[in-house]
Amino acid sequence: MGTVQIKRLLTAYTPSVLLVLVLLAGWEAGVRYGRVPAFILPAPSAVWNAVIAQRELLFGLHLPATLEEILLGFALSVSCGTLLGTGMHLLPALAKAVYPLLIVSQTIPLIALSPVFIMWFGYTLGGKVAVVFLTAFFPVVVGTYDGLFKSGGQYRELLLTLGASRWQLLLKTQIPLALPAYFSGLKLSVVYCVIGATIGEWLGGSRGLGYYSRRMAGNLHSAELFAAVGLLSVLGILLFLCVSAAEIIILKKRGLRR
Amino acid sequence: MLSVSNLSYSYTADQPPVFTELSMKIRRGEFISVAGASGCGKSTLFKIIAGLLEPSGGIVSLAGEPSPKAASRLGRVGYMPQQDLLLPWRTVEGNCLLPWELKQSGTKADAVQQIRSLLHSLGLSGTEAAYPHELSGGMRQRAALARTLSSGSELLLLDEPFGALDALTKRGLQQWLLELWSGLERTVLFITHDLEEALLLSDRIYMMHSGGGLEELAVRLPRPRSGEMIYQPQFIALRMELERRLHGNCAN
Repeated sequence: MGTVQIKRLLTAYTPSVLLVLVLLAGWEAGVRYGRVPAFILPAPSAVWNAVIAQRELLFGLHLPATLEEILLGFALSVSCGTLLGTGMHLLPALAKAVYPLLIVSQTIPLIALSPVFIMWFGYTLGGKVAVVFLTAFFPVVVGTYDGLFKSGGQYRELLLTLGASRWQLLLKTQIPLALPAYFSGLKLSVVYCVIGATIGEWLGGSRGLGYYSRRMAGNLHSAELFAAVGLLSVLGILLFLCVSAAEIIILKKRGLRR
Repeated sequence: MLSVSNLSYSYTADQPPVFTELSMKIRRGEFISVAGASGCGKSTLFKIIAGLLEPSGGIVSLAGEPSPKAASRLGRVGYMPQQDLLLPWRTVEGNCLLPWELKQSGTKADAVQQIRSLLHSLGLSGTEAAYPHELSGGMRQRAALARTLSSGSELLLLDEPFGALDALTKRGLQQWLLELWSGLERTVLFITHDLEEALLLSDRIYMMHSGGGLEELAVRLPRPRSGEMIYQPQFIALRMELERRLHGNCAN
């Protein structure tokens, strides 16, 4: 079984891994022999060296700071988004009132609004978490609301004839049926959290990968900038994979995925 | 047990009604079939009786008391829709436990024991822990029937429960349903397209005409009935009569 799985993974990911390797090699060669100045485009090897050289600062100070903002913002987004989505499902009037506002809230250019957030919540953790929340809660609300909205009209009738209350309907059929859409929302949200945290740190503060990358950009330390950006991207991928793993485990347990 | 008088229903006010002036009376312990062409409103009638739809006019009375609101009948009638509607993330036993979970009457151990014996008599022993997607169509339908029965309602509305089954399985289940019905004092209202099935199972058959109106046919065949009965001259005569009356309708 193990070898079959490895084979499957190899056939699934070999093309993309090969492409990445070719691109990296091309990039390295282009920078080395094409005489591109290092502050315009650092070679991948230089970026890697920067990661190693700055590892204490990156992994000891800035990465934990960013991760803290992301996790707090994500937790807040998930709890508020789930509550609001469920509330909108249970109270159609609330949905009619709130849905347009939600969409408007997503059309506001976040970067333009963020300075106000910093003014309200300060340069501390609170301001950053607020920016993360504003970027990341929308997919959770929509995932919850749409998932519940689309789940099972016929099941609803059957449970009603069995004497189910509204709360029982939600608990026994609608929530389980809404889980796939809900997890799609969570996966989008966690990726947005990384973006939100970076924007929050760009605006000010003294810690975090966003703050670090901005400071390095100001000093033309491109290799360090790329190192921070690379770390942020890896962080986003890992968080996404965590949510995916939770999804697979829960949906399998509920028989919604085989 | 159940009486329906002058019932009418239309989806919206400006559409022609699905049916009008529908009346029927069902006594406790009777087995009644409703037959009629597709689209004449049989399932709609069932949904109204179950309490899912509010009729445009007329009165439905359960156990002698008229219920002014359709919703007041919810939970008092066992309703089995055409699709099995088993919850895919629950085992067969978990699905059958659903009515108990919603009502919470009695202990869980009792409910489980009752469900096990029900599954046994439906030939579903050993599938308690199976998920619906692991079962054949016939087994799913039987599991759905077990769930309807485990709701404990006295009046059962079965909307073509055996419609998707092969002839052999169908025969076995009809026999089983007859035995259960005679042993348990349940009242059954049964939708079917299969006239043979209707005659074999029922005390009376209501033929439903599209646009409204019910015609009644009493099935005066001795009980207990068995599958061989369908070859007796008395049965064949009734069947011809039923077919003639239904076809007469379509011609109009």
